[in-house]
Amino acid sequence: MAFENGVKKGVFMNQMVNDFVLNIGTVNGSGSQSANTIILKSLFRMGIPVGGKNVFPSNIQGLPTWFWVRASSKGYTGRRKDADIVVAMNPQTLVEDHKVVKSGGVFIYNTDLKVENLKLRDDVTNYGVPFKTLVDQATTVAKIKKLLTNIVYVGVLAELLEIDDEVLQATLVDQFDGKESVVEPNRKAMGLGRQYVQENFKKSEFPIKVQKMDKTSQKMMIDGNTAGALGLVFGGASFAAWYPITPSSSLVENFMKYSAQLRKTEDGKNKFAVVQAEDEISSICMVLGAGWAGARSFTATSGPGLSLMQEAAGFAYYAEIPSVIWDVQRVGPSTGMPTRTAQGDIMLALHSSHGDTKHPVLLPGSPKECFEFGQAALDLADRLQTLVHVLSDLDIGMNLWMEDDFQYPDKPMDRGKILTEDQINQLNAQGKHYYRYMEVDGDGIPYRTLPGTRHAQAPYLTRGSGHGPKAQYTEKSDEYQDVVDRLVRKWETARTLVPKPEIIGQGKKIGVISYGSASAVMKESIDLLSAQKIEIDVLRIRSIPFNDDVKNFIHNHDRVYVFDLNRDGQMYDLIRLDYPDQWQKLKSIRHYDGTPVTAESIVEPVLRTEKGL
Amino acid sequence: MTTQEVNQVPRNKINLEKKDYVGGVSTLCTGCGHDQITNHIVTAFYNLSINPHDVAKMSGIGCSSKTPGYFLSKAHGFNSMHGRMAPVSTGSKVANQHLIHIGVSGDGDSASIGFGGFAHLMRRNLPMTYIVANNGVYGLTKGQFSATADKGAKLKSGEQNPFENIDLCTMALDLGCTFIARSFSGDAKQLVPLLQAALKHKGTALIDVISPCVTFNNHDGSTKSFSYVKEHDISLQELGFIPATEAITVDYAEGTMEVVQLPDGSQLTLKKLNSREHNVHSRLDAAKLLYESKEKGELLTGLLYIDETRSNFSDTLNLCDKPLAHLTEKELRPSREAFSKVMKAFK
Repeated sequence: MAFENGVKKGVFMNQMVNDFVLNIGTVNGSGSQSANTIILKSLFRMGIPVGGKNVFPSNIQGLPTWFWVRASSKGYTGRRKDADIVVAMNPQTLVEDHKVVKSGGVFIYNTDLKVENLKLRDDVTNYGVPFKTLVDQATTVAKIKKLLTNIVYVGVLAELLEIDDEVLQATLVDQFDGKESVVEPNRKAMGLGRQYVQENFKKSEFPIKVQKMDKTSQKMMIDGNTAGALGLVFGGASFAAWYPITPSSSLVENFMKYSAQLRKTEDGKNKFAVVQAEDEISSICMVLGAGWAGARSFTATSGPGLSLMQEAAGFAYYAEIPSVIWDVQRVGPSTGMPTRTAQGDIMLALHSSHGDTKHPVLLPGSPKECFEFGQAALDLADRLQTLVHVLSDLDIGMNLWMEDDFQYPDKPMDRGKILTEDQINQLNAQGKHYYRYMEVDGDGIPYRTLPGTRHAQAPYLTRGSGHGPKAQYTEKSDEYQDVVDRLVRKWETARTLVPKPEIIGQGKKIGVISYGSASAVMKESIDLLSAQKIEIDVLRIRSIPFNDDVKNFIHNHDRVYVFDLNRDGQMYDLIRLDYPDQWQKLKSIRHYDGTPVTAESIVEPVLRTEKGL
Repeated sequence: MTTQEVNQVPRNKINLEKKDYVGGVSTLCTGCGHDQITNHIVTAFYNLSINPHDVAKMSGIGCSSKTPGYFLSKAHGFNSMHGRMAPVSTGSKVANQHLIHIGVSGDGDSASIGFGGFAHLMRRNLPMTYIVANNGVYGLTKGQFSATADKGAKLKSGEQNPFENIDLCTMALDLGCTFIARSFSGDAKQLVPLLQAALKHKGTALIDVISPCVTFNNHDGSTKSFSYVKEHDISLQELGFIPATEAITVDYAEGTMEVVQLPDGSQLTLKKLNSREHNVHSRLDAAKLLYESKEKGELLTGLLYIDETRSNFSDTLNLCDKPLAHLTEKELRPSREAFSKVMKAFK
């Protein structure tokens, strides 16, 4: 059938306020990000809990991209599969996009698109809008027409949903940094969208509305890469080396941006350095050099980069050099799907490199934790004198999450056991000699000196080859074992220092263990299951090695589901390895199609098992 | 021991003896060129009166990369991974630019597995002395060709190298290195002043030192053997080094001696040894010289190129004077006010 402007009424759902999923399908490179952010931020500023997910291709221009907005008065801001409102701006996906509208929902589409084989559904209400015609009225500048088309749908949605105009206008201005020359045409295009709705639709009939609430006053909207970068700036990182890779690049870019703003001397010099390396091997090697010299150092990467860093990871472990790898996970194996999300690097990160190696792994569950783990990772690296991995993922790293306001970090930075010239002199006065790899405190962590320390006992030759407690080269079995056995004691110390799991609820028979971005849907999953008379407690792992909370949680439940965002259930396997006597209680559930996790992906398999559904 | 006896041991300007600059006992083969390099490094540091504690010794993996264990035991060292001396040094130097960095790499380490890192370090002009102990073979794995082996050179087994060699000086020149020299491990007269000048240079100083492998590449048919090098070595200049503190005027006939000024006021003197005209400040001349000598099968040694004007990596990064490694919490963590200001953008 031909596309028609105006409304084609179908079945309307019951009126919904502040609870809906909006899915906007556009072409990437068309500037839809600004339009989508304005919608998301406006809802947030109206006090409505929201979450945004950008589903984009590994491409610069011309391929399909979607933006999902979840508004939820209850605070469920994770992804939901179906959509109440779909805005279809991309001819390539319009037919498919039409199918994902929930029955009783709304389909808003661009009638200027020449799409064949679209049969408009009767169970949804279809709104045809001539976007091109409207944009032609907004500007004669061909260059910006594409960008303005997206702003027109902001106006259309704002009018239909009844988004507060004052909030919307202010958000528009902020989005374009107050540049009136940019704001003006956008304001005009937005107005044309609103006007078209007023003239052609009855907005009172539109089944979904927004109303001001007060649920976001102590909240903020931020992505995990920006948050992580800020955590690293405020946590004291002074050196970064990197090789650009999706989806981690914006972490380093933000680190550069905020360092340039916040880390200058009075005479304009940099109290930080960022080196764009020739590859990820060099990135991590630069980090090791800087960490050895005494700077708080990190690199950010994703799967393929992490694979390249393996040899150096083992060096950092064995030579005991403070360093941080911030891995924003994407879908593997190999190049995989670079713009899709997963948690598939757990095993790799934990045992990066050959031989007996293991590294503490931090698992932030939100942008807020990315911020907090910025300093935590640097502190742990310095305290434990080792490589620390932080495993974020694309969903956390690149999507805007609604988070509790961040607190200024008051915690002093922990630089660990570094001996100065004076301190070595004091040791000598007590008749003691300093040796780099000697156990002193029983916690497996030796003392280090920084290069440049002017004391005869301070220098040592760092090496990845066999070495004894005095840092000397060795091929002697006992000297070799002395060091590697101490590293096991250090691992036990790490267990007491890494972030503890977060536990929600107690006393239920069923437990769910999750980690990372799954945190976005845990509250919703608990409530959905509860509505089905299945009560669960939840434990969210925030680091490896595990502490006793994990063991006790499994012990105290009859059945424990372990939820992974990878095909093989990597966390499930690690838990089984650590608690072999508990394996019969454990069940693996997994979501690994590359999309951000939904509550359904946890609830459905649990229901299947518990109710035999 | 009497005072007089103590005084008899020569000491440098910071009152250290030469033995204060040595390291552990070498475990390389007897007669290895690399041990000669080690000795020259010890002499250069001693002559310059550098406090060994202020030095960072860097290396990768291979026979060459063991040498930091054999000099300056009072300096911290980083014997890194195969081919990774360049990036590790980059991180360490940027973290503490006050540390004097000297690296000893090999031809396998820099021209093969670490070629990328080598190239990019040169581009950045990282302030460090980068020595390649170049013997044309992999010693630790018992004598395979490296990428610097000349085309047609023979292995001990008689196998001929079919590939074009990688000339690290030519590469470095193209990549923007600002101090390029070639030398021979056995030539103390040339290598010591070169090392001293390199240590005073503002940016990256590459010294490609032909350093024969007595065990795997010292036979007839090798182009990196002691005898081959001695026969084909053509010194470009007679080199001298005058420390900054000894502001003396060198007496020389016009046109026979060139004086290169180094940033701290010290000077490298170049006395022409043959009729060849070479302008060490011209990249083009250096390139021409390198290509011509390759065609002729000569081994040209001496200072090939120097540029003290280009900004080094610390300049490019606009680093504050205090080493990043020594910044305190107060200097690293922005204020509460700055934090509040940043947070506003996310509301």
